[in-house]
Amino acid sequence: MTIGDWLTESANWAFLFLAIPTFVASVMVVSSRNVVRAVLYLVIALGGSAALFLMLGAEFVGWTVVLVYIGAVIILFLIGIMITRAPLTKSVDLSHPISAKAPAALLSVLLFGVVAWAVVESFGLETIPLPEEATRTGEIGLSIFTSWVIPFEVVSFVLLAALIGGIVLARKDEPAEVP
Amino acid sequence: MMTIIQWILLGAALFSVGLYGVLTRRNAVLVLASVEIMLAAVNINLVAFDTYLSDPAYTGQIFALFVIALAAAEVGVGIAIILMIFRNRHSVDVDELDLMRY
Repeated sequence: MTIGDWLTESANWAFLFLAIPTFVASVMVVSSRNVVRAVLYLVIALGGSAALFLMLGAEFVGWTVVLVYIGAVIILFLIGIMITRAPLTKSVDLSHPISAKAPAALLSVLLFGVVAWAVVESFGLETIPLPEEATRTGEIGLSIFTSWVIPFEVVSFVLLAALIGGIVLARKDEPAEVP
Repeated sequence: MMTIIQWILLGAALFSVGLYGVLTRRNAVLVLASVEIMLAAVNINLVAFDTYLSDPAYTGQIFALFVIALAAAEVGVGIAIILMIFRNRHSVDVDELDLMRY
């Protein structure tokens, strides 16, 4: 299959239409000099990944990303920025100087190169079947409550522990009352 | 036909971008945001392989849901820790948090 054959498939154009903004937005998240804009670019990156999940037929995962990430996690990030009094305008203090950026960029490119080489070596041009219809949410629920019920309960305990831990950590310590 | 490598390469690219962010950002909140990008990359891989394998139990999608739940827990605790650090040190610059160095 050549790149020309690949581009004749309309699904691949949809993939590029979603993947390129997702990638560019995540590059902006790690490079923007404005802390609020960096977090708002994260909305675009996560929204793009949600749309890609919908394209793969993973409807429930896609909408869960929209609800949990874009609805809740982004709000937590913005509250974290407000509480820590981050500079709301452009600032050079958000990232390390260029002398520290260069090795990090080299390491990232090397990691991508190694993964890309390994993937192309092992999978070649194997195709992925386009889902004919979205995965039904009921089937996912059935699978969670039959095959994955113990991990599901463990995750619920982890969420409870994180909730309590967050409250305990962030609460102001009252001075101990002297009797 | 869509190939499987286009999805894995997108995941690898997003993961590398997130790694770059974790290594270069100094503001602790933005380090957490970069970790979120890495987790989103993992989710793309999980869901793509779930579709590739046509798993009747939807293992990949369910693991992606678990990753989303754990990421939410991680951000909640992470922001609380950053808040405590800010209260004690009046800074969230990860370079200044060197008490445990050496």
